[in-house]
Amino acid sequence: MLSFYALFYKELLRIWNGGIQAVLAPVLSTLLYLLIFSHMLEQQTEIYPGVRYTAFLIPGLVMMTVLQIAYSNSSTSLSASKITGNLVFALLAPIAYWEFFLAYVLAAVVRGLVVGTGVYLAALWFAQPPMQFPCWIILFALLGGALLGSLGVVAGIWAENFDQLGGYANFIVTPLTFLSGAFYSIHSLPSFWQQVSRLNPFFYIIDGFRYGFFGVSDISPWLSLAVVSGSLLMLAGFALALLKSGYKLRL
Amino acid sequence: MLPAVDVRKAHKRYGSLHAVDGVDLRIEQGEFFGLLGPNGAGKTTLINLLAGLARPDSGQFSILGHDVVKQYRTSRRLLGVVPQELVFDPNFNVRETLRLQSGYFGLRHNEAWIDEVMHHLDLTDKAETNMRRLSGGMKRRVLVAQALVHKPPVIVLDEPTAGVDVELRQTMWRFIQQLNRDGHTIVLTTHYLEEAEALCGRIAMLKQGRIMALDSTQNLLGSMAGVRVRLKLAGALPAALLPQIAEQTGEDYLLELPSYQSLEPVLAELRMDGVEIKEMALEQTDLEDVFMRVVGRAC
Repeated sequence: MLSFYALFYKELLRIWNGGIQAVLAPVLSTLLYLLIFSHMLEQQTEIYPGVRYTAFLIPGLVMMTVLQIAYSNSSTSLSASKITGNLVFALLAPIAYWEFFLAYVLAAVVRGLVVGTGVYLAALWFAQPPMQFPCWIILFALLGGALLGSLGVVAGIWAENFDQLGGYANFIVTPLTFLSGAFYSIHSLPSFWQQVSRLNPFFYIIDGFRYGFFGVSDISPWLSLAVVSGSLLMLAGFALALLKSGYKLRL
Repeated sequence: MLPAVDVRKAHKRYGSLHAVDGVDLRIEQGEFFGLLGPNGAGKTTLINLLAGLARPDSGQFSILGHDVVKQYRTSRRLLGVVPQELVFDPNFNVRETLRLQSGYFGLRHNEAWIDEVMHHLDLTDKAETNMRRLSGGMKRRVLVAQALVHKPPVIVLDEPTAGVDVELRQTMWRFIQQLNRDGHTIVLTTHYLEEAEALCGRIAMLKQGRIMALDSTQNLLGSMAGVRVRLKLAGALPAALLPQIAEQTGEDYLLELPSYQSLEPVLAELRMDGVEIKEMALEQTDLEDVFMRVVGRAC
């Protein structure tokens, strides 16, 4: 496990050496969303009983940040190491494929949670959403970060250049996060789009996370937990299979 | 005694390219071994297969008796590789880079050895410098240090002195020779044949993925026994000596003779024909001659 610890530590040190902007920049962008959307839509009716739009928006934005940061951390770190060639140092070492996976995913989760916490603390200035069930909040934050960290590992293995990596983010991750109900309740959508939203695993992450704050959600948190856990297991299994085979890494 | 490196019936293809084509190679412990060949001969692929950086199509590879696939944890701990490409992680300084590399190999308290390696490679002054700020030569030194950080008994250096100044080359070779004297097995690929000739006890020459020659450096040099005489003449070379011409440019001739004893008849022939010698130089066979003959040979 020492090899795993070293790779995990390297990922954390990389973030730390990146400086405060590694946390502040995404916090600032999220606050801009909050500023604009809350200003435009605060006068709307309550989304849930007793929940104004700004308070409703905060958990969605926090989780959206966790997901995007977790994805970008593992995908960028892995693909940059692969493309610039310095991944060779880890590949030469006696690191098992599952240790490799765990190190990248855990680092992605840690960074996602740190930035997500920063966004939450800054957002408290706009509104103070309650925390009905903190365990659900933590559980969905961990699972969501791990799911997107795993997706980032797959993208990092797959991408052969930074354009491809950007393509995965632009055409897969961003649409799925924006269409996940981060900014709205799916009950406000037409029936067809409600059904489409239910095909998006990111919707379950955000809905379950939001349940932890308000105690109400669009669907049962248990269903969300099952979908998110199942998605994580499948994606982690796929990423582990790629790493074990050495696909695009050990040529 | 277990061989340091054992390769059996190794094959690796990339599409239609047979990069490694049935290589069998055994390198004994403590050897300073040279792996030579032109670009694309398969040297780096062979090293990558040994290091687990590439997956073989078939064949067996072991380091000190440990299979590089089935026992990859042990075999990788026994092997240190200096990659050919000048790669580095721009997020870290030299000391961080070496600490992390130690950690990858499961070593936690390795500071004394890291300091020693940096000292031997003249890196101590740069320990806290970010990798981005180092010159190419300094980055190359760090690559060597990274390969040595876990004290591997088998060290593979894939063109470690490419693009490196003379001072660094000498520093590096002194350290590597010391490691070899201490019992480490060294496997070297280089384009500087004089380096291989000076350092390696045995040499394998590869071409198109196959070993074309494998012998002690002495025997390889001996296989081209003979003397080469470079002459600048005031007239034409006598007809009797024409079969011995290896090269000719105007009045400059390079003659290949089977031995030093053949030199006297050549001089006598020139004297008899009244051809004045303006300049004369004897050339020894070197590894480059052997290399050119071996890699130039049809497969």
